[in-house]
Amino acid sequence: MNERKPGLLETILVHTVLVAAVAYALYPVLWVVTLALSKTGGTEARVLPLPRGAEDLTLDNFRLVTGVGDPEKGWLFARQLVNSLVVSCATALTAVAIATPAAYALARFDFVGKRTGLRGMLLTQMFPGVASAVPLYLILDALHLLDTRSGLVLVYAATAVPFAIFQLRGAFLAIPVDLEEAAMVDGATRVQAFLKVALPAARPAIAVTALFAFMSAWNEFILAATLLGRESAFTLPVVLQSYVGEYSTQWGAFAAGAVLVSVPVMALFYVAQRQLLSGLTAGGVKG
Amino acid sequence: MSEAPHRHAGSSALRAAETPVPEPAERKLRCAARGIEKSFGATKILRGVDLEIPEGTFAVLVGPSGCGKSTLLRLVAGLEQADKGTITLAGRDVTNLPPRDRDVAMVFQSYALYPHLTVRENLAFGLKLRGTPAAEIESRIREASAMLGLEKLMDRLPKQLSGGQRQRVAMGRAIVRRPTIFLFDEPLSNLDAALRAEVRVEIRRLHDRLGATTLYVTHDQVEAMTLADSLWVLNGGLVEQKGPPLEIYERPRTKFVATFLGSPQMNLVAGKLSKEGGAFWAEGGGVRTRVDEERFGDALVEGREVTIGVRPHDLCLAKGDAPIVAELKVEIVEALGSEAFAHGWIRSSGPTFVARLDAADARSVRPGSAIPLAAAPSAIHLFDAKTDRALGD
Repeated sequence: MNERKPGLLETILVHTVLVAAVAYALYPVLWVVTLALSKTGGTEARVLPLPRGAEDLTLDNFRLVTGVGDPEKGWLFARQLVNSLVVSCATALTAVAIATPAAYALARFDFVGKRTGLRGMLLTQMFPGVASAVPLYLILDALHLLDTRSGLVLVYAATAVPFAIFQLRGAFLAIPVDLEEAAMVDGATRVQAFLKVALPAARPAIAVTALFAFMSAWNEFILAATLLGRESAFTLPVVLQSYVGEYSTQWGAFAAGAVLVSVPVMALFYVAQRQLLSGLTAGGVKG
Repeated sequence: MSEAPHRHAGSSALRAAETPVPEPAERKLRCAARGIEKSFGATKILRGVDLEIPEGTFAVLVGPSGCGKSTLLRLVAGLEQADKGTITLAGRDVTNLPPRDRDVAMVFQSYALYPHLTVRENLAFGLKLRGTPAAEIESRIREASAMLGLEKLMDRLPKQLSGGQRQRVAMGRAIVRRPTIFLFDEPLSNLDAALRAEVRVEIRRLHDRLGATTLYVTHDQVEAMTLADSLWVLNGGLVEQKGPPLEIYERPRTKFVATFLGSPQMNLVAGKLSKEGGAFWAEGGGVRTRVDEERFGDALVEGREVTIGVRPHDLCLAKGDAPIVAELKVEIVEALGSEAFAHGWIRSSGPTFVARLDAADARSVRPGSAIPLAAAPSAIHLFDAKTDRALGD
């Protein structure tokens, strides 16, 4: 391929746009990080939110949030962190475990109710989760699952599954049927063809789907705040909200909490980036 | 596996014309399909096809797109179910068996290599599923990889291979299985022209070496002609003609077969039979030629309307007192070095006409000029104007 070399003006223009876009995206993050690390809190309007100097820097906000030096608070925070991790991981696993075979069936087989089912799932995506908060509360109450991690996982998985099915169905449709047919001619049953060929080929898509389900559960606030009443059952977004009071807000602690909540997601993206980017099916068929 | 390969392709045209399609009765049928019908929705794809492949035969299904050739192959593989008819492999009725129980191996057009497995794992996949002992798997892989020159690629993933290498891995995956029959679904269509010719020879060599039975689907008539022992021309869901390729090329039974096989395709003009001086002539569209009375026999009736066919390769520049069959108004000359093709028309209202010329003769031919063409009466094909069937069959 003959690659054209961009001119100087074009390079400058492209880079200006890119720098502006990055600045736009990172500006709020800079605010949060500065707030988290700043003694004074510094919520007053400033163009460039940077700490005022070395003497203004502190980790006190992080200590306050994580409860360093206060065993009871520390234990509570640890429990809340575990809540978030368990709920998010369980949501991701449940969503993927249910959505993967469903998506495969929807991609490969014709059966009665297929189109209606797909439309129905699409329909569920049109309503915001909060619209169902009240019925969900009543259902969980009836099931005695209010204030429990399993109750929250059930709710999150129910909302994550339709989206996951759509995403994975697309992935299975993109995998050539030839691969599974080759496996069946080679001696595989339909189930073996799915497990040994289609599933490994869909691995990047499954990773992305799991990551999305994890993130949506990790970040979700409204349903968690509605369905969880005990402090020890809180997930981190609900904890964060507790720093925003009616009369005063602990902005420093809030920001430190926000930074802490972001770290696992960033770490997950970092670890999964190869899986996310690799086109694992490349080369299996022509092209 | 040890049976010597058997070819019919060399049989002479004359002998072939006199005898029915030679079915080697002494050899067992490895694959047979009887009365196969298949529809997809309202579209009828196969309308009662019979197929017979004796052991050790390289059978090729050829036809235009939509003729049902790939469907027939997939039915033999078990990837589709026939609406009607039976399929037997090595004497066993497999009509209702799933692909894994049919003991067939297939090379797909897309190669269909498992993308997450290395070449070695791709080759071992089918054997592992069938519970073949590890030592046996290893020895079969070694044998196949040596045969195909894959030794250095064994630990690579499919995406790290070139098109030709992927093709060889796909063949290796079939070879290690030692199946009842090898199925090929247009395996060369994704390769460039040079590689295609190379792999074509390779496939035939492997077939001969393994004494394999092969069913090969292609729309490419060069592949069909060069590879087949037994050629099956499909059209509109029916077998239009079957037999050794040269026999079909030289004695096409229908106008469709005549034009489908051969490149450039056979020239056709509408005409009529007449009798002059005790000899039969075919005349029409600016073409006038004597016909082979021995070949067409009783089919020659004065005044009968026919389609006259002559292959470009059977035409030459008329020299000396050779009878002129037609005069070609040349539009374009394609010089290929060893030979040339003159494209033009006989009558401006008629169809385009192509003649093969010797390279030396072609040098003096200019676009716009008119050249006299000659052809031996034995090279003239006649088809009934109404049924499109060949006369004399």
